[in-house]
Amino acid sequence: MNYIIGAFKPACHVTVTFSDEKSRKKVALKKEDGQTVMVPLFRSLETISGRVSVEPVLGKKVEHNGIKMELLGQIEMYLDRGNFYDFTSLVRELDIAGEIYERKTFPFEFSNVEMPYETYNGLNVRLRYVLKVTINRGYGGSVVQYQDFVVHNYTPTPTINSSIKMEVGIEDCLHIEFEYNKSKYHLKDIILGKIYFLLVRIKIKNMDLEIRRRESTGSGSSTHVETETLAKFELMDGTPVRGESIPIRLFLSPYELTPTYQNINNKFSVKYFLNLVLVDEEDRRYFKQQEITLYRLADSARQGETL
Amino acid sequence: MVADGVEDEEKWLSAGMAGLQQNAFYMHRALDSNNLKDALKYSAQMLSELRTSKLSPHKYYVLYMKAFDELRKLEIFFRDTISLGFSIVELYELVQHAGNILPRLYLLCTVGSVYIKTKEAPAKDILKDLVEMCRGIQHPLRGLFLRSYLSQVSRDKLPDIGSEYEGDADTVMDAVEFVLQNFTEMNKLWVRMQHQGPVSEKGKREKERNELRDLIGKNLHVLSQIEGVDLDMYKEVVLPRVLEQVVNCKDDLAQYYLMDCIIQVFPDEYHLQSLETLLSVCPQLQPSVDVKTVLSRLMDRLSSYAASGVEVLPEFFQVEAFMKLNNAIRKVTEAQADMPMVGVVSLYASLLTFCLQVHPDRLDYVDQILSSCVNELSVREGLDDSKATRQIIALLSAPLEKYKDIDTVLNLANYRCIMEYLNDSMRKEMANIIIQNIMNNKKTISTADKVDALFELIKGLIKDSGVETPDEPEDEFKEEQNSVARLIQMLHSDNHEEMLNIINTVRNHVLMGGAKRLPYTIPPLIFSSLKLARRLEGQDQSVTGEDVSVTPKKIFQIVTQTIDALASIPVPGLALGLYLQCAEAADDCDLEPVAYEFFTQAYILYEEEITDSRAQVTSIHLIIGTLQRTHAFGVENRDALTHKATGYSAKLLKKPDQCRAVYACSHLFWIDDHDNVRDGERVLLCLKRALRIANSVQQMANATRGSSGTASVVLFVEILNKYLYFYEKGVPQITVESIQDLIKLITNELRGDNIKSDAVADAFFSSTLRYIQFQKDKGGAISDKYKLIVL
Repeated sequence: MNYIIGAFKPACHVTVTFSDEKSRKKVALKKEDGQTVMVPLFRSLETISGRVSVEPVLGKKVEHNGIKMELLGQIEMYLDRGNFYDFTSLVRELDIAGEIYERKTFPFEFSNVEMPYETYNGLNVRLRYVLKVTINRGYGGSVVQYQDFVVHNYTPTPTINSSIKMEVGIEDCLHIEFEYNKSKYHLKDIILGKIYFLLVRIKIKNMDLEIRRRESTGSGSSTHVETETLAKFELMDGTPVRGESIPIRLFLSPYELTPTYQNINNKFSVKYFLNLVLVDEEDRRYFKQQEITLYRLADSARQGETL
Repeated sequence: MVADGVEDEEKWLSAGMAGLQQNAFYMHRALDSNNLKDALKYSAQMLSELRTSKLSPHKYYVLYMKAFDELRKLEIFFRDTISLGFSIVELYELVQHAGNILPRLYLLCTVGSVYIKTKEAPAKDILKDLVEMCRGIQHPLRGLFLRSYLSQVSRDKLPDIGSEYEGDADTVMDAVEFVLQNFTEMNKLWVRMQHQGPVSEKGKREKERNELRDLIGKNLHVLSQIEGVDLDMYKEVVLPRVLEQVVNCKDDLAQYYLMDCIIQVFPDEYHLQSLETLLSVCPQLQPSVDVKTVLSRLMDRLSSYAASGVEVLPEFFQVEAFMKLNNAIRKVTEAQADMPMVGVVSLYASLLTFCLQVHPDRLDYVDQILSSCVNELSVREGLDDSKATRQIIALLSAPLEKYKDIDTVLNLANYRCIMEYLNDSMRKEMANIIIQNIMNNKKTISTADKVDALFELIKGLIKDSGVETPDEPEDEFKEEQNSVARLIQMLHSDNHEEMLNIINTVRNHVLMGGAKRLPYTIPPLIFSSLKLARRLEGQDQSVTGEDVSVTPKKIFQIVTQTIDALASIPVPGLALGLYLQCAEAADDCDLEPVAYEFFTQAYILYEEEITDSRAQVTSIHLIIGTLQRTHAFGVENRDALTHKATGYSAKLLKKPDQCRAVYACSHLFWIDDHDNVRDGERVLLCLKRALRIANSVQQMANATRGSSGTASVVLFVEILNKYLYFYEKGVPQITVESIQDLIKLITNELRGDNIKSDAVADAFFSSTLRYIQFQKDKGGAISDKYKLIVL
């Protein structure tokens, strides 16, 4: 991870190394070309420091008009012709104009960088953080090198976290009452709850609990909403009778979830829903969708939860 | 159509099996390479085959068993994985990631059982979680099998007393709670099966449910195996909870099966101690439930428990088992007004068996049962049903078998009332059973009241019912009447007056029997009367004032009237025989006029009724024999009778018969121990007459067939024997010459050319001669007489 090769620019190799490279946690990041790479994980207000090494190829000298490093926070909207919006942009000048004959390293540091948003890879939008090294050369083009990193921000356990309880139904056909133990779940949480059947006049084949993600991009009239189902978890098999109560226990950890994002930089939002779906023998679907809030809890804050 | 269905099912089953086996193969590979992730993946896929809805319970079971075997391997793998340091908690979570619920729950149960073994969490918590999570399967068939799997894997891991899982936190209660809950849920699913699907397949579903019932019943069995379920817990927790479920499910199949299950699975003493609770449920069951069988089985069980030893009987008394059962039956019969008769009767039969076993001394209980039974019989129909018949006969036979004493049974007032409700053939059968019982127990019945009651009971055999039973086999009828006859012999009292009463009672009953029965029933009655008469005679001297009411005379009056009854039916031979018996008895009692009267009756019968020549011969010999033995007659009477008898003899149709009757008559004139009867002249007269007849027999034979038959020779030899007899007795008119003439005559006859030698006659004659020789050689006075005879 500590080097990225500008293959089409054989003039020199530029490598970015983080100072706590060895100890820092790394997470998988899916790149545009579909490859997954492991990149370091940072939190907001952390100091990002390290070194950049420039190594000319085969003893060639590299002339330049200066070397700079930028820390960029970008939002890329696929529907907006792939435009980038930089919501964060910090610059460090690494070197003044000159020539490099042999391998040379430059330390860099961005202290206490405010990175309010998390890295996100959605259907129509991407939010990424990147270190960009630019070796300015008047002619022959500049050498640009990117180094991705991931930002996750932890949220403290919410103080108010009421359960979701609701009675729904179709008159004279189906009445159920369901309950989810919380309205806010952290990403490794377990959804517990139960469905209580008050009236059953249809032949239910099965009942699933789905986790759905709704990603809305843009604003105003150009808002685009896309929903995808991330989890489909069967809760019940067969037709219950009145008075039955069916337990829910859904582990969130196996699914690739993110926290709920509310209006990120006025560009996009990501919301999560629990969708309770009942399917009858004629394959008609009866469902009720409830929003839940997902948040990221620091690993250390999680208790060892058993069941 | 149906065949297609079966074929399709076969196809689906094999498809399911194939899928299961394929995934099991991949699972094995994963297990071998220690790949947990793949193991979980393929096991879940394997278990997905169990999600099918297309198989009948029977076929589904095949699939289930296969999966069950595979899961055992997986369980071992899980155990190994844990022992290598993998966290069981994590594993327990991991299996719950499966998206499909059925595979998920099978895996959860499998891991759960491993979890309990590790003892990292209290068994009760895990069990509770498993049983709760299984609620997700609401499909009856799949749910039943899943829960059955749960029950199977948890069986040896219940926190029972003495079990290694009985931690501080785990009490037996938790184990019980777990099993009860699983049981309840399974039963609900089982019952629900009945109500899902088209009405037209109701019968099929019922059949399928029946195939599944043991899955549910197994839970009760598990409960009964839990050490910690003692009597208190059974009474306080287990039984009420199970019964609650039984009542609430409102399903006849389930109620019947589960009640039966409870009765069979738990120990006898538990039933006894919780009888009230158990019984109180019976009236609450669905009307279509076969409560009677349930109750009957309960009572049967308790009966055999009671029979196991006297030491358990106090328990029965203490809980007043009988009263409770009796009440329960009453309530059930009240609640189920349309219960078939057979049910009601079998209930009471079971109760009776129970009562006899537990309270052999409480006749009032027995009578109470019979009385309840009578009430039921009076309001219900359908006793004609053959099953009901069998039951009622069993009911009535039970006390007989138990007490082996008809006296006891006769004390049961309601016994007779039940008999009233029987139809003819049943009444007969029952009567036979009663008689058989009396015979087997060899107990005499000694009061008139009892006799009366008894004959009331067996009146099916004693008299015709209004309705004719057309084709009753003759043999059977004979057999029946013979047993009645035997029964009459069993009636005996040492008290004469009582005996007379008995005779009168029997007579009253018997005389109603009609022409067909009288020939069977009157003779034993007569003999038993005569026996009494003789007994009275035997102790004549001791007759005191108050005993005067019973005299032989009186008896003979009764007897006469009784025999008269035979007159209406043409059985003169029998009547004649009886008269002669009476005459002899009267003679024994020195009642000359009575005896004479009897003889007169016999003679009248002979003259008027007996026309058949064969019967005449038999009768005349009877008359002669009887007359010969009498000694009470005065000369005149005797003369009259003997004269008549010889007269009859000479008038017989066939000559040989005449001959024999006549020489038999000779005995009437010479009786050894009777000084008044020593009339040698007439003896000789008779014998001579016999000889004459024998002669004419010979001549007739010559005339008709051209050769003299051997018959006459035999007759001669017979007469010779008579001669010898009287000669020996010293009758002066019998001379040596006449004997020798006779011997010569016979010898000639035998040697005559025109006679074919006859072995019988030869033998007879030569043995007669041998006898003479023997007497000659013997020595003594007789010998001297014989020596005069020259052979």
